[in-house]
Amino acid sequence: MIDQLDTLRTEIKARIDEAPNLRALETVRVTALGRKGRITELVKSLGQLPSEERPRAGQAFNALKNDIEGMIDGRKAQLADRELGQRLDEEWVDVTLPARPSSQGSIHPVTQVTEEIIAIFAEMGFAVAEGPDIEDDYHNFEALNLPPEHPARQMHDTFYLEAEHNGVPLLLRTHTSPVQIRTMKMQPPPYRIIAPGRTYRRDSDMTHTPMFHQVEGLMIDRRTHMGHLKGCLIDFVRAFFERDDIPVRFRPSYFPFTEPSAEMDIGCKRGGGELIVGGGSDWLEILGCGMVHPKVLEAVDLDPSEWQGFAFGMGIDRAAMLKYGIPDLRTFFEGDLAWSRHYGFAPLDIPSIHGGLSR
Amino acid sequence: MKLTLPWLKEHLETEATVEEIAERLTSLGLEVEEVIERGEALADFSVAYVRDARQHPNADRLRVCDVETKDGVFQVVCGAPNARTGMKGVFAPEGSVIPATGDVLKAATIRGVESHGMLCSARELQVGEDDDGIIELPDHWQIGTPATEVLGIEGPVIDLSITPDRADCFGILGIARDLAASGMGSLKFRDTSAVPASGPSGPDIRLDFLAGCEAACPLFVGRIIRGVKNGSSPVWLQRRLKAVGVRPISALVDITNFCTLDLARPLHVFDAAKLEGGIVLRLARASETLEALDGKTYKLDGEMTVIADDSGVISLGGIMGGESTGCTEATTEVLLEVALFDPLRTAMTGRKLGIESDARTRFERGLDPSFVMPGMEYATRLILELCGGEAGEPVIAGAVSDNRREIDFDLAQLPRLTGIELDGATIRNYLSALGFVVQPRDSNLHLTTPTWRHDVSTTACIVEELARLHGYDRIPPVPVTRTEAVGSTVLSSEQRRRAIVRRAIADRGFHEAVTWSFTRPEWARFFDGASPILLRNPINAEQSAMRPSNLANLLAAAANNFAKRELDGAIFELAPRFMGAGPGEQRMSLAGIRFGEASRRHWQLASRLVDVFDVKADALAVLDAAGGPADKVQIASGAGGAYHPGRSGEIKLGQKTIARFGEIHPRILAAFDLDTTVVAFDLDLEDLPKNRGKTSRAKPPLEHWPYPPSDRDFAFLVERNLPVADLLRAVRRADKKLIRDVDIFDVYEGKGIEPGKKSIALSVRLQSKQRTLTDEEIETVAERIIEAAGKSVQAVLRG
Repeated sequence: MIDQLDTLRTEIKARIDEAPNLRALETVRVTALGRKGRITELVKSLGQLPSEERPRAGQAFNALKNDIEGMIDGRKAQLADRELGQRLDEEWVDVTLPARPSSQGSIHPVTQVTEEIIAIFAEMGFAVAEGPDIEDDYHNFEALNLPPEHPARQMHDTFYLEAEHNGVPLLLRTHTSPVQIRTMKMQPPPYRIIAPGRTYRRDSDMTHTPMFHQVEGLMIDRRTHMGHLKGCLIDFVRAFFERDDIPVRFRPSYFPFTEPSAEMDIGCKRGGGELIVGGGSDWLEILGCGMVHPKVLEAVDLDPSEWQGFAFGMGIDRAAMLKYGIPDLRTFFEGDLAWSRHYGFAPLDIPSIHGGLSR
Repeated sequence: MKLTLPWLKEHLETEATVEEIAERLTSLGLEVEEVIERGEALADFSVAYVRDARQHPNADRLRVCDVETKDGVFQVVCGAPNARTGMKGVFAPEGSVIPATGDVLKAATIRGVESHGMLCSARELQVGEDDDGIIELPDHWQIGTPATEVLGIEGPVIDLSITPDRADCFGILGIARDLAASGMGSLKFRDTSAVPASGPSGPDIRLDFLAGCEAACPLFVGRIIRGVKNGSSPVWLQRRLKAVGVRPISALVDITNFCTLDLARPLHVFDAAKLEGGIVLRLARASETLEALDGKTYKLDGEMTVIADDSGVISLGGIMGGESTGCTEATTEVLLEVALFDPLRTAMTGRKLGIESDARTRFERGLDPSFVMPGMEYATRLILELCGGEAGEPVIAGAVSDNRREIDFDLAQLPRLTGIELDGATIRNYLSALGFVVQPRDSNLHLTTPTWRHDVSTTACIVEELARLHGYDRIPPVPVTRTEAVGSTVLSSEQRRRAIVRRAIADRGFHEAVTWSFTRPEWARFFDGASPILLRNPINAEQSAMRPSNLANLLAAAANNFAKRELDGAIFELAPRFMGAGPGEQRMSLAGIRFGEASRRHWQLASRLVDVFDVKADALAVLDAAGGPADKVQIASGAGGAYHPGRSGEIKLGQKTIARFGEIHPRILAAFDLDTTVVAFDLDLEDLPKNRGKTSRAKPPLEHWPYPPSDRDFAFLVERNLPVADLLRAVRRADKKLIRDVDIFDVYEGKGIEPGKKSIALSVRLQSKQRTLTDEEIETVAERIIEAAGKSVQAVLRG
């Protein structure tokens, strides 16, 4: 009996080892351990043994059964590994092939820089105000202390519309300053606003486009003076250009809507057709500013002996050109895809003070 | 405005260097554009004496010269035909740089003879065109005198940008006054004392203006000067004018130009022999013309101030003289004109006629009215000095009105508006130096403005004067801080929405464009602009209408890209469009276009052109990003306008269209020369429902669906032109409770389907929150779906 079992073990082991795949191995298992399997059949003959031999034989049977099962499991794992190996070989792909394309667009530098400017001034408590591009003479000129025959109007090269509104001639705003007037007429002081937007002048050459972008600033309360004007704008340019060492200079200038008036220059380096902001011995005009003219305050029914403050105006496009080294203003307005891919900004590059203005 | 340092020093006693002066000018608000160091290139060159010039032993055309210079005698080989013994010329030593070539001069051996240095021609020094020989100097120049001096290089030149309010600084005197007031030297004055008259006075002068127009010319002084000789002006005057870019013409004309620049006092000289009868100042008559000194003939109108005699108009007041009475070399008798003309009228006339002149620049900004007589005396003196002759009694028509203003200046205004603290004495000194009459009144100052400062009228103006003399750079900056530690949101909900939408659409592959607010009128008509809003004075026809839609310029941009072989792409613009010129007709509009292939050709993706479903998705994504009700909208076929009638749609919220999308109409593509498929969407952000302010930011609780869903597929046969949305609506309504989702997974027409029909395959997901659905329940819903589809859109279930 025991001999018989040994022979069977040898035989089944051979078949297990020879099983070429999991299916063949299953057949071997069924043949050995299945309901009509050889071991099962042998177990059935156990009853015919003398009772004293039965326990020993029973033990031997169990040992055999366990052995066989162990051998099958071992072989199974071996075969599964091999099959997985084969599958993995077959599943090889050439990962050097290009991935599926995803198209990402871009944000225009004017938008990006506008948002940077908003982020900086928000830190100083300035909200964003807006006004229409089509303006009338009153808001664009008269209320800003530019009466009809004022010589400075010529500097503005105004576009006029054929259409009128209620008999009032219409024009395209030559600066964002009318937003000052609209803001001050709409709500009571104090004011802290910036007003970015499109502006228009009848001028077109290498460095001028008939449409461009400006940001206006206005801060009016009972105590703001030129020291605040300087502090505000110095902090602004250093934050904007992300350099603490930018030299700045304020020099007297003339604007009809401010008195005293100033222009702000920043230090720069010119050479090799390049302009680098910061350092160097040259100065570059960056914005015009001043204390809001008493006549402007009177035009919006504010008492100049009570209310005071500053205003400024800066070209956004030029600020973008300076900061990001974009050489030609005219290219801003062409909608050229190659330009956008190169000078544009990733949609998720949202400027903020806490996270940084730019990458 | 240009001036030279020596010229400035005739008005200002100062030891300051040109750098110091330039820096101060800028800090005073007289912005220095450039300091041109004329003569710097000639610093190494000086006068030399040719002691001996002899024939070169080995070359016919060359001479060997012994040249005596400030540094000793050098042997120089010279090729100039005029090099000769005993002459004086300009010597360039070894190591100097020749301005014309930029070459460094080295010792050389020329045909066997050593040469150390060079004698220069005018062209080599870039001081003239003469290249026939070396410069010959008059004998009186000492050896070693700097070349800049003998060549009369007037410099350095300071180029200033003067703001339009500073009329007084269009004369060097005014600039010097500012410098002196700021503490840089002391002011010197020209001799404006009266020049004694001899002989009779000149022609009668009459101001002939209708009541109300007298301001056109309130004062006109004419002075006759007889026996003048009008040759070239002296070298010093010519140099000075040339240095600031004015061409010398003749002594008389040069004197008028000199006074214009020196004193901001434009003058005119008439050839008195050419005048016919008396002088009349009046407004021009319609159809009168004037041949002006620039050789052009101008048509005048009744708004322009003219100077006339019996022959008609002879000069345009404050702008330009006439050819017929101009001075020439033959002139022996001149009438000097010193007048005041109305700034506004002068500006208007100049603008209308397109004449820019130095006189106009000054008259339209406003002259010092009290300087008419002094200016006249100075000019007379200069004419007598340079041209000889004798001056008659001046003839004066009109009078000066007092333009001085009184300002009570509260000293507290300076610190209030600028933060600058100055003591009273300093303030008084500053203002007195600028020409104000300063009188203490109470604790403040009573000021009378100088006659030349039209720009000063208010307390704020005085503050500016003090601040700029003190120096803006000395104002300590004060940071602008918030009152609250944590700032509040500065964007309005509209502004925020715009920012989000912009980035959402860029994230879908669109590049943001910024294009003109203008467009071509014919393009405007393609889009909502039946009668475009036109500019009265456009730069060109392409930019003459305000755009009624942002699509036109995007299509033009696409065409430009296409022409540059950018065959596919996506661009958008979020910016104003103009439905009309009135308030509220400017709308914040978003338009996007896609053109060409949907994606680049790729080994794994079938290539296809962009289509209406790309932009439908874009438009819906925009609504979603805008916080709009993307799930509550309906889609209607046909967007009209610029869109393909059969391949476009509108997104509606109730009755209101809030967005459009689709293929661009082929006719419009043809107009833009776009030979590819272009799809677009556009919407106005104002049309989207406003985001209402919420008090709570909490989201509703997450819904749990614990029981498994069952998906059932259906295929319906419907009319080909049935909008599938109708079928979907019918199916959804069949059981609002159990139907969670309906998806269309196939649309088929063609073989196997009867013509005029299409097959729509739907997958319907059924799910209950309360239990697992039984087969019977599912079957019942399925039957209801089939019934509803049949009833409402005549859909037939395919077998």
